[in-house]
Amino acid sequence: MLGRLKQMLIKELIQVFRDKRTRFILIGPPIIQMLVFGYAATYEIHHVPTVVLDLDHSQESRELFSRFASSPYFDVQRQLTDTRQIRDLVDRGQATVGLEIDADFAQKLRKGQTAPLQVIVDATNSNTALIASGYISQIALGFSQDEEKDHIYRIAPQLVEQVPSIELEQRPWYNPGLSSRWFFVPGVIGSLTLVLVITLTAFAVVREREIGTLEQIMVTPIRPAEFILGKTLPFFLIGLFDVSLIAVVGTLWFQVPFRGHIWVLLAGSILFLLCMLGVGLLISTVSSTQQQAMVTAFFFIMPSITFSGFGFPIATMPQWMQYLTYLIPLRYFLVVLRGTYLKGVGMEILWPQMAAMAGMSVSLLTIAILRFHKALD
Amino acid sequence: MSFPRVLAVAKKEVVQILRDSRSLLIVVIMPVTLMLLFGYGVSLDLKGLPVYVYDQDGNQQSQDLLKRFQNSEYFKVVSVVDGYPAMTRALDDGRAKMGIVIPWDFSQRLRDGGPVQVQALVDASDDNTANVLIGYAQAVVQGYSAEIQLNWLRERGQSVQPAPVSIETRTWYNEDLESSAFIIPGVLALVMSVIGAFLTSLTIAREWERGSMEQLISTPVSAMEIMLGKLTPYFILGMFDVLVCAVIAIYWFHVPFRGSALTLLFSSALFLVVVLSLGFFISVVAKNQFAASQIALLITFLPAFLLSGFLFSIEQMPIALQWITRIFPARYYVSLLKQVFLKGTPTALLYADLIPLAVFALVLALLATRSFHKRLE
Repeated sequence: MLGRLKQMLIKELIQVFRDKRTRFILIGPPIIQMLVFGYAATYEIHHVPTVVLDLDHSQESRELFSRFASSPYFDVQRQLTDTRQIRDLVDRGQATVGLEIDADFAQKLRKGQTAPLQVIVDATNSNTALIASGYISQIALGFSQDEEKDHIYRIAPQLVEQVPSIELEQRPWYNPGLSSRWFFVPGVIGSLTLVLVITLTAFAVVREREIGTLEQIMVTPIRPAEFILGKTLPFFLIGLFDVSLIAVVGTLWFQVPFRGHIWVLLAGSILFLLCMLGVGLLISTVSSTQQQAMVTAFFFIMPSITFSGFGFPIATMPQWMQYLTYLIPLRYFLVVLRGTYLKGVGMEILWPQMAAMAGMSVSLLTIAILRFHKALD
Repeated sequence: MSFPRVLAVAKKEVVQILRDSRSLLIVVIMPVTLMLLFGYGVSLDLKGLPVYVYDQDGNQQSQDLLKRFQNSEYFKVVSVVDGYPAMTRALDDGRAKMGIVIPWDFSQRLRDGGPVQVQALVDASDDNTANVLIGYAQAVVQGYSAEIQLNWLRERGQSVQPAPVSIETRTWYNEDLESSAFIIPGVLALVMSVIGAFLTSLTIAREWERGSMEQLISTPVSAMEIMLGKLTPYFILGMFDVLVCAVIAIYWFHVPFRGSALTLLFSSALFLVVVLSLGFFISVVAKNQFAASQIALLITFLPAFLLSGFLFSIEQMPIALQWITRIFPARYYVSLLKQVFLKGTPTALLYADLIPLAVFALVLALLATRSFHKRLE
């Protein structure tokens, strides 16, 4: 038994590593993808191209605009002279935010009336628009409060120090710099492993079927269990190697903190890899050509990545969809990844995720092996 | 070049696609699936996020502030805890996205005057959610603070206006800040890339792998004719998918369509030529279906997803990466899609995206024809 298994393992490893393209593909693309993701995937906004139109030319309007100019979030590129210019620049995509102050701004403030600040935001990217609007409000409200203080100082200087106010003290835990990279890098480890292990496993079996070598293996004395083990074990090892490779590159290159226990992450990775092997084998049992396997894998991969919480919060999905996300192994692995990387939590918090993945891997592998037996007969 | 021979190759490819029901399925179902996936699953409109509160004060005024959090549609106060350990635990295991702590001397300090701080502990492992949450929490706290100030000053016989500066925001192109309007137009680029990456990239590699390439070489069909014949069916399928996607986007998700339909079709045709040529080129170079599929994923699908401005705005990426996005055609196509759908930019002003796309189409089509020789190595 062990002898035959060993032969099978040697054959599989030779097959994988013989082709120089395949060799490259196991190492090159995962690293490239990790780097591209780390740099490209960001929800942060800095230096939003901004244009301003000051029709008031008062000390107050200049003060308000200078607060925008000194903020890291906005990049005030041009002072305009005409409202139509805002339309033109935003239309052509050269400005994302346009700020306009009308001629009676300072006059209204001095009279104690409400003076408007007109804001135009290009919302083609609704997320940028939302976050930028938040920053604009913060700057304008800060200015507003200072104006009010000045106003009180003018009418009743003795009260200024006593006016009550409430401030919000922000404490962003786990990621104090609010860096998108810290959010995405651990997630990329999960999604890259998913893509690689599923396609690798599914293709390996289907290729034998497509080029007709499966029959040759069937006439050898190898048993189905040995065949399955021989087929999956190499990919389990390759998967584990790739998880470690991506994790090391991502962590060191992007300097994402790892606060948890390496053993917890390893346990989670093994359970997740077993789930993915099950899925890959299942796909191979329902596909007869590699193109079919690719297509089927794609239909599993895309929803997995979209609904797992990889880039988009599960909490904002419709309720029925939130229930569906419980069926996705990647969902649990992401909690383990972010938990160990950023939150530094251990088994006492992550056991439900581990249990879910363990249950899923057992059932997926069982179904896959049962189906596989049938497919071989 | 002979037209009947091209037709014959095309016919063979069509028969092959038709016989393989799953490939056909991907062509029809994939655009619909991707549309629904991104239309429903991907939303950055955060509402009803779970919040824990720890009210050390427990007085009328702290209750008033908490009521404001409760009444906001963005927060859902799910639990009231009586200590930091419970709060930490809830943030650690993800039951709470934010914790609000009101200090024990909250109401007393408001009576005595001067500033008082309320703590917001935010789970920032997802930086975007954290950012938006902080913005909303700021707004709630500042609103309450302003009201307290106003009452305090009125009690002392001072009249001040509620807010000296008001912010009048207009969001253009996507007035309701809908994530779906921002994301869905870009899905077309993903769909096209998938056709290029998963279907075309395997066509030639498959013939090599199965050994039927020798048969094809022995026929009088020229290399050019093989290429045209193999790609035409996929081009037609691709254009069909463009229509399906546009109909779903406009009639199901009510994404505004403000530009010209002709421009949409023309730019889609250009982009299809790009992805099909690329897919063909990869197929010729890789000669192995697994390698072909992985390379295709890396150079067509991934850039369409990450480096195109589909989800992450290009202007927020590091400068070097911004330049890299220019060598991936998806960037121009996504930009065209967003302008045609949301902005309704006149076609004459789209040259900045149309010209590079046309150049890419030409160069890649030439590259594909030059790469393929009828030769056995």
